[in-house]
Amino acid sequence: MPITVSVTTRDGRTKDLTAIAGRSLMENLRSGGIEEILALCGGCCSCATCHVYVDDQWLTAMPPMSEDEDDLLDTSGAREANSRLSCQIPVTPELHGLAVTVAPED
Amino acid sequence: MRRRRHRQRDDRRGAELTFDVLIVGAGHAGASVAIHLRQAGFTGSIAILGDEPELPYERPPLSKDYLAGKKGREDFRFRSAEFWAERDIRLIAGERVTTVHPSSVHCAAGRELHFGQLVWAAGGRARRLPGAYAIRTLADVDALKASLPGATRILVVGGGWIGLEAAAVLATAGKQVVLAESQNHLLARCSAALLSDFLLAQHRGHGVDVRLACGQLDPVRFDLTVAGIGIEPNVEPLLAAGADGNDGVLVDEFGRTSLPNVWAAGDCALHRNRFGPDRPVRIESVQNAADMGACVARAIAGDPQPYAALPWFWSNQYDLKLQTVGLSHDHDEVLVRGDPAIGKFAVIYRRAGRVIALDCVNNTRDYVQGRALIERGVRLDGALLTDADRPLKSLLET
Ligand SMILES: Cc1cc2nc3c(=O)[nH]c(=O)nc-3n(C[C@H](O)[C@H](O)[C@H](O)COP(=O)(O)OP(=O)(O)OC[C@H]3O[C@@H](n4cnc5c(N)ncnc54)[C@H](O)[C@@H]3O)c2cc1C
Ligand code: FES
Repeated sequence: MPITVSVTTRDGRTKDLTAIAGRSLMENLRSGGIEEILALCGGCCSCATCHVYVDDQWLTAMPPMSEDEDDLLDTSGAREANSRLSCQIPVTPELHGLAVTVAPED
Repeated sequence: MRRRRHRQRDDRRGAELTFDVLIVGAGHAGASVAIHLRQAGFTGSIAILGDEPELPYERPPLSKDYLAGKKGREDFRFRSAEFWAERDIRLIAGERVTTVHPSSVHCAAGRELHFGQLVWAAGGRARRLPGAYAIRTLADVDALKASLPGATRILVVGGGWIGLEAAAVLATAGKQVVLAESQNHLLARCSAALLSDFLLAQHRGHGVDVRLACGQLDPVRFDLTVAGIGIEPNVEPLLAAGADGNDGVLVDEFGRTSLPNVWAAGDCALHRNRFGPDRPVRIESVQNAADMGACVARAIAGDPQPYAALPWFWSNQYDLKLQTVGLSHDHDEVLVRGDPAIGKFAVIYRRAGRVIALDCVNNTRDYVQGRALIERGVRLDGALLTDADRPLKSLLET
């Protein structure tokens, strides 16, 4: 069954993507053409340019946040309670329907 | 009749080969220029021309997860083919520019392309050792990987970032690795002895036979040799066209070269960095390529802002996560924060009392919080900086 992820970009538009399990959410957003996800470090938890807000109803389905991710998110002036680095979220079939919003640029 | 039709076709082809912005080099910098031009609302025609037969991809995984077999070749493309097509960014792969003229470039295969603005983002090429594999392009690493199954004893020449990463991957894969470095410490070009010594112990602990101050070893004793001995910037066509520069092409704070309508960004660009020493430098990092590319794009799109991004860099070796922020050139003091013995610490570099860079090992917190210390250029007491129980960010609050 295809996994669909719905992404709201900074212009407020929402796009549904078909995601591939086993890849990170960041990789899926990037290959899905979401240009605002720069993901400069390629998922090494070093850049915070893959920052998204996860829709509240999906927060409990998220993997726990590592200390490194937490520290890196702290660099962002746009951090919210539902902030995550999308490179740290592996896509699984359980995430079908996930909704995220690209965080503003820092 | 026939002739006229023929000429029309030629004209059409001529029109097709003119671009408002022609980007030479389909790497991190080139891709960033194109993406940021479109983000800035630039509507002119854009082409990225590169000599590799590939869609633009990230280089860091080449010496890390791709070499280790943890990432496939489709896993580190910047973007899909559709992405470029949707934004009307034309990709011209497998063409190499040999000559630059005032409003056109000439390619090795004979093609001529015309430009309004030329962005030179041609990076660098690996210095080669005869008979050795290099790690700069996908093709390099594919060739290396194809020979690995039959190789047991491997010589890695060069104790810089790429040599160290390759040695880590190969040792983890069970190879007998000898790493030969001509200087008397690892990362001789950029790091404090303390970090070099720490990495030396780590590599030796993982079974790598590291030889420092090492002359040439007899390659016959090895099944395969990998060279990580640095790059030469790809700037000859631009310098031949009269651009200022030597080890790189010189650019101003907007990425402009000394030639009209010609810009440069990334590994090949010699620039005065806001966080660097008082002379032009070339920086080989993804951050620099991406941010300089964005800076050039903004200037071309009519909103010039000087290049002022804070440099950062990362490397992975074994389970070590190394993260660097700032530029340590010309530091006059080195402090240690945290305990290298437990594998979590930061090396702080200062110049004239100001923090200019941090090398952090398994220590994302200091990497993150150290940024502000560098950006604000504050002078702080060394005893405060090295008190690992005090978060760096708290030092700025006082
Ligand atoms: C193995 C490896 C690991 C790395 N790891 C890290 C890391 O962990 N973190 C980090 O920050 N940085 C890392 N780097 C450095 C980083 O990848 C480079 O700084 C970055 O790729 C520079 O981008 P660029 O666009 O300036 O140049 P490049 O990526 O080199 O791209 C330039 C492109 O232009 C092409 N070209 C050259 N001349 C011509 C010509 N005349 N005509 C047409 N095309 C031409 C080249 O073939 C190349 O495809 C690593 C580099 C390597 C090789
Ligand atoms: S891609 Fe760099 S932190 Fe996620």
